[in-house]
Amino acid sequence: MNLHEYQTKQRFAEYGIPVPMGSTATTPDEAAEIARTLGTVVVKAQVLSGGRGKAGGVKLASTPEEAREVANQILGMEIKGLTVHRVLVDPAAHIEKEIYLGIVNDRSAAKPVLIASSEGGVEIEIVAKENPKAIVREHIDPVLGLHHYQTMNVASGINLPREHWNAFSSIALKLWECYLDSDATLAEINPLVITAENQLIALDGKMVIDDNALLRHPEFEALRDTTAEPEAETRAREAGIAYVKLNGQIGCMVNGAGLAMATMDMVKLYGEADGIGPANFLDIGGGAQADRVAAALRIILSDPNVKAVLFNIFGGITRGDEVARGLLTAYNEIKPDVAMVIRLVGTNAEEGMELISNSGIPNLTGASTLTEAARMAVAAAKEGMQ
Amino acid sequence: MAIFGSKDTKVIVQGITGREGRFQTRLMIEYGTRVVGGVRAGKGGEWVEGVPVFDTVKGAVDATGADTSIIYVPGPGAADAMYEAIDAGIRLVVCISDPVPIMDMMKVSAYLKQHPETRLIGPNCPGFLTPSDRVKVGIIPGYVATPGPVGVVSKSGTLTYEVIYALTQAGLGQSTCIGIGGDPIPGTNFIEVLEMFESDPETEKVVLIGEIGGRAEIDAAAYIKSRMTKPVAAFIAGRSAPPGTRMGHAGAIVEGGEGSAEDKMNALREAGVRVADNPEQIPSLLK
Repeated sequence: MNLHEYQTKQRFAEYGIPVPMGSTATTPDEAAEIARTLGTVVVKAQVLSGGRGKAGGVKLASTPEEAREVANQILGMEIKGLTVHRVLVDPAAHIEKEIYLGIVNDRSAAKPVLIASSEGGVEIEIVAKENPKAIVREHIDPVLGLHHYQTMNVASGINLPREHWNAFSSIALKLWECYLDSDATLAEINPLVITAENQLIALDGKMVIDDNALLRHPEFEALRDTTAEPEAETRAREAGIAYVKLNGQIGCMVNGAGLAMATMDMVKLYGEADGIGPANFLDIGGGAQADRVAAALRIILSDPNVKAVLFNIFGGITRGDEVARGLLTAYNEIKPDVAMVIRLVGTNAEEGMELISNSGIPNLTGASTLTEAARMAVAAAKEGMQ
Repeated sequence: MAIFGSKDTKVIVQGITGREGRFQTRLMIEYGTRVVGGVRAGKGGEWVEGVPVFDTVKGAVDATGADTSIIYVPGPGAADAMYEAIDAGIRLVVCISDPVPIMDMMKVSAYLKQHPETRLIGPNCPGFLTPSDRVKVGIIPGYVATPGPVGVVSKSGTLTYEVIYALTQAGLGQSTCIGIGGDPIPGTNFIEVLEMFESDPETEKVVLIGEIGGRAEIDAAAYIKSRMTKPVAAFIAGRSAPPGTRMGHAGAIVEGGEGSAEDKMNALREAGVRVADNPEQIPSLLK
């Protein structure tokens, strides 16, 4: 789960990391009101996407009136398909130097790693490609935590002037504390700036929280921005179904994440030549009951691009007859007119397929292999597009 | 003994009184696994599926001599269950639980380095199954597998069953099938399993099933190229997944340009692996 810049900086501030003392606004008048107490401000679009500056979503304003005007321009703007509903109004900083400081999980090492670079304000991936020597790394022992000496290694490694080492070290240690407490998989300050007043301050921040840990962090659920995702994804999450909307025409309902990806891949493999691809990733989970199947089908069909639906269920815990019953219940409720191809294998698959063929539903056909199912779904979608 | 376990392996089930733990205990016993006990603090003395329940893993090990444990406790409590098994001297821990926080897994991983006598498989995995010994520790449906010479290693659950099923249909039995799990910090990785298959006399050919995210398949390709003599066929799931979006499994995300299916398929091809476009092609690539 991604946090917005303002949410990240609020959390940083709770840990004592210095951040600009701004606030957020959802209307131009609010932005002007905030600017009244701050002098020259920077108005920043709060969307979960990079490249906000380039898209015109970050602007300076020297008076409250100007703040109202730029907030009016930015609110409602679209950045990479996301509508701006909120701006952050921060006091403008006098920047002497920008650096990068972040913590991310290193999967291969099974440890978090502290990363710093003398080149702040640009994406760290770009620095890693173009000037890898500017980047310094220190692995963090997940049990012992970040050591003070490691922060000094990093300060020295990026050639930070010595007068800033103590302030830098304190920020790095607090960032680690925040990272650990939040079950983050990424926490970055970019840029961390040295101001004309010789202070270090976290001008921009980004955090990603480990989805696997959300059960023990109910506080993050309130921060989730559901306007930043398709409505169907919100509904799927509420129903406990893993769903990601894609741009193709064939809706996929599968049990298990790996098989769901493989099913999408088959749709692409056999459909790509005709411009046909998967409309979604959907893992219905183990032991799918009738009501879940119905909820999943409704979510898939809420996408108007869907021209055919492919069900691929490999029974283990999930029973084929139960899935078939769920599908028939859902069909009778929704009465979809798109073609549906179903493949059931495993526990009670034969009983399930019998239920399907006895149902007499004309737009519901069975397939025996994944290859056959994908080909049939592609053919059906092609027909549906004509 | 086959890799990981044999018909003599004594298994205890942590979280045996839960719905999933109870159900899977029955299926493991039906398949032939020697389940000798279960653990659930506060329920010691009860019986589940004909198996005695103990309050602690230590108690269960002392009473039964178990050397293998399978964990079905819910994700947030899974790390505690893993520490308990390691501290009780369990040789092999299979963790089915999902979702397990990544920070917990980094700490468990550090603890395991101090306890090299214990191996962990998972979390978020289906466990393993060896058809010739009728032993399964996990949730792979027994009926899809049949004894034979093919070793199967995978990050997935149902996609693994799909491939095992296709092998069985094509008359290619399996030596051992193992799912290492789809999480970013797995207890056992591809290379460790490939090493075991390479030295396992019952395994003649190997199937590797990977997916987008991380670089485990790239590392596996390097190992295969430099060390492996047995033929390997592979399938990588997620070619149609957009970058930056998590696909169900916590580890299945292409980040910063790393972890794409194409890169992994290319690395495996360069290592001499036969890479399938379609998981149902795998049996034909092994012939």
